[in-house]
Amino acid sequence: MMKKLNYRLVIFLLATVFGIAFTIPSFIGKSPRVNLGLDLQGGMYLVLGVKQDEAIKNKIKTIASTIKYISEKKELFIDNLTIDKNSVKFELIDKDDEKKMDEELKAIPGIEIKKKYKNGSVEYIVTLTPQEIQKTKEDAIKLAVQTIRSRLDAFGLAEPSVTRQGKDKIVVELPGIKTEKEKQNIKKLISSAAHLELYLVDEEHRVTTPEEAKKYGDILLPDKDNPNRKWLLKTPPVIDGSMITNATVGFTQKTNQPAIFFTLNSEGAKIFGDVTGKNVGKKLAIVVDNRVYSAPTIQERIGGGSGQITVGTPDEAHILAIALRSGSLPAPVVLLEQRSVGASLGADSIRQSMIALISGFVIVVLFMAWYYRLAGIIADIALITNLFLIIAVMALFGATLTLPGMAGIVLTVGMAVDANVIINERIKELIKEGKPIRQAIEGGYKNAMSAILDANITTLIAAIALFAYGTGTIKGFAITMAIGIMASMLTAILGTHGIWEFLLASGKKITPKDFGMKE
Amino acid sequence: MEFFSGNKVYDFMGKSKIFAAISSFLIILSLFTILTKGFNWGIDFKGGIEIQVRFEKPVDIAEVRKYIGKKFKGANITTFGEPNEILIRLNVEQVSGDVQKSLGEEIRKLLSPLGEVEIRRVDIVGAKVGNELKEKGLKALIFAVIGILIYVSFRFEWKFALASVLALVHDTIISLGAVSAFNIEVNLDVLAAILTLMGYSLNDTIVVFDRIREEVRETKIKDLATLINIAISKTLSRTVLTSLTTFFVVLTLFLFGGEIIKPFSFTLLVGIIVGTYSSIFIASPLLIWLGFNIDEYRKKLAEKEKRKKEKEKMRQIYQGGVV
Repeated sequence: MMKKLNYRLVIFLLATVFGIAFTIPSFIGKSPRVNLGLDLQGGMYLVLGVKQDEAIKNKIKTIASTIKYISEKKELFIDNLTIDKNSVKFELIDKDDEKKMDEELKAIPGIEIKKKYKNGSVEYIVTLTPQEIQKTKEDAIKLAVQTIRSRLDAFGLAEPSVTRQGKDKIVVELPGIKTEKEKQNIKKLISSAAHLELYLVDEEHRVTTPEEAKKYGDILLPDKDNPNRKWLLKTPPVIDGSMITNATVGFTQKTNQPAIFFTLNSEGAKIFGDVTGKNVGKKLAIVVDNRVYSAPTIQERIGGGSGQITVGTPDEAHILAIALRSGSLPAPVVLLEQRSVGASLGADSIRQSMIALISGFVIVVLFMAWYYRLAGIIADIALITNLFLIIAVMALFGATLTLPGMAGIVLTVGMAVDANVIINERIKELIKEGKPIRQAIEGGYKNAMSAILDANITTLIAAIALFAYGTGTIKGFAITMAIGIMASMLTAILGTHGIWEFLLASGKKITPKDFGMKE
Repeated sequence: MEFFSGNKVYDFMGKSKIFAAISSFLIILSLFTILTKGFNWGIDFKGGIEIQVRFEKPVDIAEVRKYIGKKFKGANITTFGEPNEILIRLNVEQVSGDVQKSLGEEIRKLLSPLGEVEIRRVDIVGAKVGNELKEKGLKALIFAVIGILIYVSFRFEWKFALASVLALVHDTIISLGAVSAFNIEVNLDVLAAILTLMGYSLNDTIVVFDRIREEVRETKIKDLATLINIAISKTLSRTVLTSLTTFFVVLTLFLFGGEIIKPFSFTLLVGIIVGTYSSIFIASPLLIWLGFNIDEYRKKLAEKEKRKKEKEKMRQIYQGGVV
């Protein structure tokens, strides 16, 4: 027995065992198993765009407030401080302060300064360096990915996947989302910037337009529940979201309304204590993403650095609390693409493509056996191993099986027998030329080689092109195609050859009939 | 069983003008259809919204239209495979940001008077994304063609490469023509199908070309047309068999694979037929029309062989330790 084995058959048998061993886990739900794409198991796929320009704008704003802070603290008087899309301009009133100002600005990293001299004053134009712009953009997306990931983790979803795509996009994949309500909540959770600020309400002035508000150094923000109602708030905000250390959901003691209880860090707690102490009897507005949630009157100094935000529903409170806890998004995100498939549709897709796969498979197997007899049956054995190998390799690499991927497997079944058709036709030719069977088989494999290799490699090139430029489910198709092509080369060329060698070595009499030829 | 027994050589090249005429006609027809009728772009490429819903029982589509129309004007509503499955198409502009968040819920509410509704699928693609996908798809096509050109030139000769790529373009244009004529929705899957059929059609062509190369190397036949006829006839069984098995499986996919995969399997079905046809009747005569010269190629092959032998000899000398 051992003598009859040949290296080709041994490799093929090992491949078969490997294929079966790593296919079984996928069918009994154990690891490693093939991951089903969202289109097959149901779930939601989101592509988000990160508005990186907004991150740069924010950076410019921060620089402007730093400059203002410097000028007040060091008594370097400035005028006409304006913020542009990507620059800050201001006028240093006394030219003699130039050196001092330059010294102070040096401490701000990542900026470039241009100066224009006027009579007595100096006009400064501060912009970000190209490197700083690049870094800001890069940080914005990196941070957004992190933030969204931690929000989803906190929400307790099964296996959410958040990945970066290209320069400014984020792909979020969420399997197992079922209800529309869930989808809605998650979209809110992901897309809310969760920028919390506390402002003192300006109760002395009455204004109607943003321009008027600016005159008093105020801003006008809408009420959350009634967008027509506007609040006049004193800038800058007292506290912002970066000072929050924790946020939990609960109910208010008096009214039993759902609310978020937040805790501030020590710096925030100190400021909060000071401000509330100085402004007893005045209103403090709680603003999230530029909407005023509530504006309670300060009853007394609030020490300990904690506060609460009353919110409409427990659901809403839950989402907002998570968003606040995981930090705000450095730049707003917009929804570019959403694909959601219900679990029942996914199950239907699996069922339908399985029917196609099985019926296609049966047709090909019967056809090959009918046309080529023994040679056909040998090709069929190789085809079955091929299927196992595709699933096993996909499972081991953690590849994702999508609906087009299923189609790719069906297609592979049709094309995988091609190599055997080429080989068998070559063997038949040699038999017709009068060669003995053994030589005909050897010669057939040799002659068929170049055609099979060239044909498969060109198909592989197309699959690589698809993988390189495809997105989502199409990538899945390219992967199954590529794996299928490579597996078919192993099974259809090496495997069948090994089986023939084994049959010849064990002394089976092989006749032209075994290739479907007439005697 | 044998379809083409015996060693009969068919005169394919003698009729190549007829097939050239047929192909030219098909290409012109396809281009005409594509240019005048255009494609039925799916939301993958043009952006938009698709909502697939299922009712418990078949419903009157006019009723669905009425209820959806209450909120969304100009929605495109069709059945999708089964009579109780409905596909609702909306433009992105029809839906403002806030509603978009709860679109599935909104549709379910609108349709609730018609009975229990299940939201099966909601796809929203921004217009910008669509353009990007188009660009990526085009890049994939170009990348594939260039890759194939390089590989075939390297393995054969540039005239073989050019002939196979021209046959490829022929197949792609006719398949796209069919996609346009039958109003098949062009989505990402169709792009995948086009690339697959490129690979498939090439696969077929390469097998024939490989045989032509072999005949050039192993025989002394001077006439290219005769030689090509022999090569095609010898590979005919294989071409027909493989096309049949592949056609069968794609047909099962088309018939049983479900509505979502239909555009994909339709494109492939057409592609397999055209690809098989072109590798026999178009790619090979192209070699003649491109002025492929047997004698030169034989010389080249002989030289290659000689160089290989010389190298071999040198290696043996080295290994023998004699320099």
